[in-house]
Amino acid sequence: MDEMLETIKMNVLQGRVDAEDEGLEGDMEGKPGVLELVKEAVEKGLSPKNILLDGLTAGMEEVGRKYEAGEYLIPDMLAAAEAVGGGMDILEPHLKGDETTSKGRFLIATVEGDLHDIGKNIVATMLRGSGFEVKDLGAGVASDKIIGEAKEFNPKFVGLSALLTTTMPHMKETIDKLKEIGMRDKVKVLIGGAPTSEEFAASIGADHHCRDAFDALDKLKTA
Amino acid sequence: MTENGYRPGTIVNPQKRISDEQVKILHKASMEILDDPGIVCFNEEAADYLDKAGCKVKKDENWPQKAWQVRIPENTVMGAVESAPETVVLGARDPGNRLHLDTDVPRLYFGTGSETNIYLKTRIAEFQQVDDPNHKIRYPVFSEDRGTVTHLCESAKLCNALENVDFYIRNVNLQDPDITEDNKDVNVFLASLMYMTKHVQAGITNLDRLDDVLKMAALIAGGEDKLKENPIVSFITCLVKSPLQMVEDTTQKLIGVARRGFPVVVSSSPQGGSTAPILEEGMVSMINAEILAGITLAQVVNPGTPVLYGAVPVRARLDTLHDLYGAPEFVHYNVDCVQMARSYRIPVYSTAGVGDTKVPGMQAMVEKILPYLGVASSGAQYIHYALGLMDKTNVFCPLQAVLDDASIGLVRDILRRPLFGKENAEKTVKEVRKVMASSTRLFARYIRKPLREGLVTKPYAFESTEDKDEVMVKAAERLDEILSGPDDRLDEGMLERIYKEVPGPVARERFLL
Repeated sequence: MDEMLETIKMNVLQGRVDAEDEGLEGDMEGKPGVLELVKEAVEKGLSPKNILLDGLTAGMEEVGRKYEAGEYLIPDMLAAAEAVGGGMDILEPHLKGDETTSKGRFLIATVEGDLHDIGKNIVATMLRGSGFEVKDLGAGVASDKIIGEAKEFNPKFVGLSALLTTTMPHMKETIDKLKEIGMRDKVKVLIGGAPTSEEFAASIGADHHCRDAFDALDKLKTA
Repeated sequence: MTENGYRPGTIVNPQKRISDEQVKILHKASMEILDDPGIVCFNEEAADYLDKAGCKVKKDENWPQKAWQVRIPENTVMGAVESAPETVVLGARDPGNRLHLDTDVPRLYFGTGSETNIYLKTRIAEFQQVDDPNHKIRYPVFSEDRGTVTHLCESAKLCNALENVDFYIRNVNLQDPDITEDNKDVNVFLASLMYMTKHVQAGITNLDRLDDVLKMAALIAGGEDKLKENPIVSFITCLVKSPLQMVEDTTQKLIGVARRGFPVVVSSSPQGGSTAPILEEGMVSMINAEILAGITLAQVVNPGTPVLYGAVPVRARLDTLHDLYGAPEFVHYNVDCVQMARSYRIPVYSTAGVGDTKVPGMQAMVEKILPYLGVASSGAQYIHYALGLMDKTNVFCPLQAVLDDASIGLVRDILRRPLFGKENAEKTVKEVRKVMASSTRLFARYIRKPLREGLVTKPYAFESTEDKDEVMVKAAERLDEILSGPDDRLDEGMLERIYKEVPGPVARERFLL
């Protein structure tokens, strides 16, 4: 059974979502990836908590160490995070209430009028891989829609992304609406996107400005 | 490594500067030059060889020393060209560092060169802005040493560690007081081979000492037969003094090396505007004639001698007549020579990357990177002078060599031949379909395999992380790291044998870094 968890961890390191994935060296196509392995582990009766902690999380932590050491670059991190996110989707229904190790719910969107979502997608993938329960509303999302989803999803964190200076005002609009409905104190708001800044975040009442996905993860450790 | 165990170099799709028709035009002009006025030869033995090979040789009384006018017919030249090997193997202490020069394969190799008089050392100092004392920057300051045995050892150690040095031509002139014409060659080759596991090449000061150098090389290679199989040393002979004069002593050296069957560069280095025409058609017609004259002699002396077509053309600056390596003409001349050599099916020894400037900086970067790109794009097989040279080959700067190593890496990445085929395109289409079907629509995961196969380039080695230029400081840190790190020196036992069996090396401690 330990061997199974070790294999899951190894596949997280390889960033292999499924059997179609070639892995880092390009020679693993056809071998089960994280999705197949997690499914098999659940069917074999392994503890979902152990699968999560000793397989997925252990793998992702090792990925993080390799990234810090310069052995892994962002594509490796993203691939691993995607694999972990997929594995967690399979595990989630099987985890008992007290076993869930979600770091919290994170609602994320690119604001109204802005179609840019690459950065937001990377953040969402990395957050999933790090153990957050992420609801991604996509791009060009009106603040009313964000508020409606926030009421339903009840997130701990709201992430807003913009790449155009003309769409940045919608970030303040969303924060003001959170205040209006009395949710502002219950969530932490993080903003990001190339034209945004620490000063802008402070001026609109956001809790954090994030330069990139890794800055976001860093800030979330203490948020 | 290539599949046969050689240094891989970088294979490119060679760009042509001159058309096939222009190559023929230049060849014809060279043949006419070799016929009239021909070559002035100051070496009697060479004149005799060429006479017996069908050249028209007659005494030339216009010179104070003995001289012969030699008119070399085209059929003699082309017979020699035919006899010169199309592939040349240059060996190395580490056999994985051997070079395979194949006229059919535009595989770039880069290396050092020139015998500089000044070794430019670097120290990083802190500078404070006069009108804003809070603003400080770090920048190198330079000091000059006259080259010695120890400097040559240090240079060899450095260049052995630099990834983009494929071969090592000694680049420091030994000016120790006890270095003489008699012992210089052994000390040059010992200092180089001591730390260098790649191919080592140099000129010869004293032909009488050539066999001592070869004896030392044989000891290191594992015996005379091993040395023949894996020639860890080879020689440069610039026998023609432009315009069109075969000098007595270097011509004798070519004869000596050719007789022994070792690889030899037959080079010429005319200066456009003084000892050669300045326009490319004139320069290339003439240097081509000079190189072919030398190659003809080498093949007449010993048919099948492995030769490199040694092109070192440079332009003069017209206010001082000093060399001007940063001139666009330099690139024109060198690229044209690559094409000429390719037309003769002889591997080419080419030139790029000399700084006219005296110190590292922006001028040096411009003067080096543009010629690297220009000359390398032609598929030149053996690009010498490429690292560390400044002040028109008078200075070797180790810091500059580190910077040049990074620049050459970029040039290799820019020029390397794309290898994709139909299968790759089909794979790409599948990848695009998968990504578009995913929620993230990111291609990042598909980068992992090409990243690990070395197909994805890395950022500039000395990129700055803050809003100031940190290139020099980072390069200096890398230089210190290499020089203070481990090396591949010859072991004590080998050194013992060399000192016992080969005359001439100076005190052992001067070779020990």
